[in-house]
Amino acid sequence: MNAVLVIAAQEIRDGFRNRWVIALTLMLAGFALSLTFLGRAPGGSIGASPLLVTVVSLSSLSIFLLPLIGLMLSYDSIIGEIERGTMLLLLSYPVTRTHVMAGKFLGHMTILGFATIVGYGVAGAVSFVRGDGIEANAMMAFFNMTMTSILLGGAFLGLGYLISASVRERGTAAGVAIGVWLVFVLVYDMALLAALVNFGGSLGQGLFQILLLANPTDVYRLFNLGGFDNVQALSGSVGMMADVKLPVWTMIVVLLAWVALPLGFASYLFNRKDI
Amino acid sequence: MSQATLQFSDAGKTYGSKTVLDHVSLNIEQGSVVALVGHNGAGKTTMMKLLLGLIRPSHGEVKVLGADPAGSSGVDSRRHLGFLPETISFQSAMTGLEAMNFYARLKRVDLKLNMELLERVGLEGAARQRIKTYSKGMRQRLGLAQAMLGEPKVLLLDEPTTGLDPQLRRRFYDTLTSLKNDGATILLSSHALSELETRIEKIAIMNKGRLIASGSLYDLRNKANIPVRIRLLTRDGSADEIAGLLAGVDINRVNGRIVEFSCAANDKMMILRRVSEIGIAVEDVDIQLPSLDQLYSHYRDEGV
Repeated sequence: MNAVLVIAAQEIRDGFRNRWVIALTLMLAGFALSLTFLGRAPGGSIGASPLLVTVVSLSSLSIFLLPLIGLMLSYDSIIGEIERGTMLLLLSYPVTRTHVMAGKFLGHMTILGFATIVGYGVAGAVSFVRGDGIEANAMMAFFNMTMTSILLGGAFLGLGYLISASVRERGTAAGVAIGVWLVFVLVYDMALLAALVNFGGSLGQGLFQILLLANPTDVYRLFNLGGFDNVQALSGSVGMMADVKLPVWTMIVVLLAWVALPLGFASYLFNRKDI
Repeated sequence: MSQATLQFSDAGKTYGSKTVLDHVSLNIEQGSVVALVGHNGAGKTTMMKLLLGLIRPSHGEVKVLGADPAGSSGVDSRRHLGFLPETISFQSAMTGLEAMNFYARLKRVDLKLNMELLERVGLEGAARQRIKTYSKGMRQRLGLAQAMLGEPKVLLLDEPTTGLDPQLRRRFYDTLTSLKNDGATILLSSHALSELETRIEKIAIMNKGRLIASGSLYDLRNKANIPVRIRLLTRDGSADEIAGLLAGVDINRVNGRIVEFSCAANDKMMILRRVSEIGIAVEDVDIQLPSLDQLYSHYRDEGV
């Protein structure tokens, strides 16, 4: 266990040293703050809570951003260390590969969590100070959005490790990571939409739900934009999911599985890899 | 007899159809210094990786301090191991001392001794500089320092002297001797054979994944029976005369004051006695034992 913490601390220190953490936090805070200020404009006419408007716009942004951040933190972390030769040295120490994997995940998750909580938290605090979202309902939605954003990032951390553990060269890992991002964030939904338009009727409700759960970004969208009636009313983009109603816990469990399964599989592949 | 610290029993490793290590049996006793000698691709690094438990043997058995290094107890046995990889690299944004602290924590060793280790390899002045600014030799020395963390019982050093200048090389071998005197078992690999000669007691010659010879330099020389080159410095003008006296010896060269010939290792003493009988006309004798390079090529060719 000790080794896991040592490796995690090392990743975190690295993240601070190369300014990754600062850059991520500033970026997320910048987006969140600008969306918070923009959120006031439409709020007046619709009469919705500005904080809820922020939740909607911010989670739409997170769907693009956090998978990208997760992949960027992780895609190089195994194959990169193998190619640089630092992995060989690290594994000559009293650590198992599972320790290494767990330590990296813990470290990257901390970086991701720190950046998201501070970045979005600043926006939430500003919103609160200005008296935007006093309703418990809106604050809850904001809190849930922040937490699931971290989980979404975690899912893509795992996918990144999976890529990093399966490829033979760093360059391949970068390419595959971009591909994975495009598929999950853009292509998948377009394909789903196309399928819905073409055989809308024959595509059963059950199958549609499963297809949505098979993509972590859709689970995230469903959770944050479909889970609350208030939010749903504000967001046109979830129109195609309007009918899908899943229990909140199902979605959380599925998101957690999206974090755990790629991570576990990555660890398995890493353990079998020739170094 | 005590159990060997490092043990290969009929161990082999294949990747697909490619055999990188072929039925190697080798025991290395506690407190000895052994050099693995061979070309790149002879299987030296593979043997190191097997000892580290990074890979498992395809057949046979490998044991370190009595345990399977790739097994569940391998993690613990690595606490007593120091390793210097062939090409050492660190997270270059760290300082030397930070890197040492990181590795010491992994090994659960007191951080206070790190500065001492850096002094031992002559890096105390650069301890707080980023590794980015280090020269190749400095990185290599930092690599050596991390291998010595926690007074390891076993040191595995893959090409440890590459990138070191002659002075540092000498210092490295001094360090090796003091580690050995502390009871450490040291396995190092090298293709810089000439520098090993005076330093290493036991040599294992590898070729194409096979162990083709092992033993002390003395034994290997005797077994190989490679001709010894002897050079006599004679008194002015008597070179031809002396060459004539050594009937039956295959004279290579006579050149002014110098008579040069080779003889079988077994005949060396007999011929030297004859040379000494010649008397004062022979002013000096220079005996060239076969170098490790020669031994290596001898065993390699024999093995083919």
